[in-house]
Amino acid sequence: MYHKDAVRPPYARLEDWMRAMPAELRQMKQAEAEALFRRIGITFAVYGEGGDPDRLIPFDMFPRVFTATEWARLERGIKQRARALNAFLVDVYGRGEIVRAGRIPGRLVYLNEAYEKTVVGFVPPKGVYSHIVGIDLVRTGPDDFFVLEDNCRTPSGVSYMLENREIMMRMFPDLFRENRIEPVDSYPEKLRRTLASVAPAKCNHEPTVVILTPGHFNSAYYEHSFLADLMGVELVEGQDLFVEGEFVFMRTTEGPRRVDVIYRRVDDAFIDPLCFRPDSMLGVPGLMDVYRSGGVSICSAPGAGVADDKAVYTYVPEMIRFYLGEEPILKNVPTWQCAKEDDLKYVQEHMAELVVKEVHGSGGYGMLVGPASTKDQVAAFRERVLADPHNYIAQPTLALSTTPTFVAEGIAPRHVDLRPYCLVGEGVELVPGGLTRVALKDGSLVVNSSQGGGVKDTWVLAE
Amino acid sequence: MLSRTADNLFWIARSIERAETAARLLEVGSRISLLPSIHGYRSEWDSLLQASGTAVAFGKKYGDPVQRNIESFLFFDRDNPSSVASCITTARENARIVRTALTTQVWDALNTAFQELRELERTPRSQLELSVLTEWTMRHAAMLRGTIDATLLRNDGWDFLNLGCFLERSDNTARLMDVKYYVLLPKVDYVGTGVDTYQWTTLLRAMSAHRAFHWAYGGEVTAGKIAHFLILNPQCPRSLITCMQGVNLHLDRLARNYSKTTPAQEKARNLMAGLAELRVDDIFEEGLHEFLSRFIRETASLGAVVHDTYLSGDLR
Repeated sequence: MYHKDAVRPPYARLEDWMRAMPAELRQMKQAEAEALFRRIGITFAVYGEGGDPDRLIPFDMFPRVFTATEWARLERGIKQRARALNAFLVDVYGRGEIVRAGRIPGRLVYLNEAYEKTVVGFVPPKGVYSHIVGIDLVRTGPDDFFVLEDNCRTPSGVSYMLENREIMMRMFPDLFRENRIEPVDSYPEKLRRTLASVAPAKCNHEPTVVILTPGHFNSAYYEHSFLADLMGVELVEGQDLFVEGEFVFMRTTEGPRRVDVIYRRVDDAFIDPLCFRPDSMLGVPGLMDVYRSGGVSICSAPGAGVADDKAVYTYVPEMIRFYLGEEPILKNVPTWQCAKEDDLKYVQEHMAELVVKEVHGSGGYGMLVGPASTKDQVAAFRERVLADPHNYIAQPTLALSTTPTFVAEGIAPRHVDLRPYCLVGEGVELVPGGLTRVALKDGSLVVNSSQGGGVKDTWVLAE
Repeated sequence: MLSRTADNLFWIARSIERAETAARLLEVGSRISLLPSIHGYRSEWDSLLQASGTAVAFGKKYGDPVQRNIESFLFFDRDNPSSVASCITTARENARIVRTALTTQVWDALNTAFQELRELERTPRSQLELSVLTEWTMRHAAMLRGTIDATLLRNDGWDFLNLGCFLERSDNTARLMDVKYYVLLPKVDYVGTGVDTYQWTTLLRAMSAHRAFHWAYGGEVTAGKIAHFLILNPQCPRSLITCMQGVNLHLDRLARNYSKTTPAQEKARNLMAGLAELRVDDIFEEGLHEFLSRFIRETASLGAVVHDTYLSGDLR
């Protein structure tokens, strides 16, 4: 919010609002917001904690703001990255030119756990593997944005982007009258159009789109049903679908109905027990055969995960140059790959200053934040890294920007990141906004909801 | 509509109706128990368990039917799938699964009931009067029905909700009447005595139909009039014939909207026709208990047909 001790222009009005709000009103509003979330049923279950399955994700009322100019640059950068990632996916399941050109090591691609041999040679409709690309960004200065991570499979959290906005508008309508804030509510419609635009070759009618969920025990079930609701499509489980002949059908009260596009929120390994894990109860036997013969589209396409690996990540700027012939607009965080001898040496020596992550980890698990860890923790993690260096990367702890956040004592700066959702179908588009996650603990850099992070509304101001 | 969605909607309605019946059973039981026992060996509370079909499960867990245990069993016990707590939890869980097929108001009504239930479960039992529990249940059931009625789109989802409601209600009315049979079984001599009348009246009160009965039949309460009221009178909202009309109405709507009739419509029409031709004398001739048992079996088999045709997803 501040730069060189002055309030940054987009926050000027918010500062007055914040200063004028008495503590009692703030508490009242906070309680109101929480009640709204609970009533609507926006909950977030955390795996393995055995706690309240109806846990609320903490919501911070202080919005995060971008100017139109700032956003325009971000938007270009995100779209550029999403196009390159898709070009990469089509390439590595095809001729593999980027590997032949020596721009990325073949080992990283072809020995990757997420590389699906079953789709080699298959080009999905419109050449799109990853239809919803969630790119996690942090800001370190007025013009410095770094990409932390790409999510090419099933990035979650978009329901918070929409609900946070909804709740802010209900609670502080004046703020929306005084500031010209770009709306985000076209997202579901854009998503529906994107999904319909990648209907399979054999679909000669208005495509039937469904969302495939692992079921109501999944922590993101609320989001799945929320999106199905807003898009006006069915939310199905594996048991609702079956394969017959060349097509996939869903079981309805009127008999079987053909399904053309499946937006799956189920991992690759579970979508077809005949093709992947035979013990999966979540999937549909025979689905992959129908997919490969053009009877159904699966979004994101199986195999898309090979592009959002934390080791592959370091090569995304290279992909942008290779496929698009452009210079990357968004920067990568400098990354050391423990698989490389020199890098491993550096990481070992500087572990206490670095963030060290598992290549396939997510949700803030399996990582070490050096500066926030004890000597023993660092030493223990060093052992883990040395035992399997291929499985780890390391990054510097950047001087992340902070956003004012309501905390118990009043208002305090807290670290944030941002996940905008880029849609890739016939076109590439994104709504002006995203999910801002905030580390609620003082000094913490970890924003994951599973690690006590919260969320806040993200504003893009109109010109 | 997805078969699984329809199935969930169907069971939301059934569960809530069942929760209400558990509460009404408790109401009947407590009112009957206020009367000095004249049967000697038979506990009136036992009749509740017999009628709800849960006597064996209760006996295994608690032994003798003591009022307090029966309250626990019928209201709070999660091991009893027909307890108020189990039914409301099931309904709310089903609603969470099909959140997209419900309006915010319907969800709100169910979710509020569930949150309050958790409060009740945390409250010391000594602070909870039975009447508070039964009224609480009926209030929430009424609220849910109200929101369904006032806010839900009249599509096939609405039909499946109503099918669940009417099928369950007809089953429950039959079971509640059966309580009367179990209470009276020891001696036929009591028929027509003050005790008999008190028990019939209690049954009517528990079904919130006491005043309605008097409107329909005038002052005197007799077994024949009550049987007519609860079985054959289409004015009575909980009568078997009203419930069957509801079942037929919603099955016919489905057949029209889907342009397709199924064995469910035929089965429901036959059940309805059977009721329409009946006279009270026929029922007593067959034996009230025998008639009710047969009716319960037939509605159960209609439920199975509805399941096979619409809810299992196997229709081709």
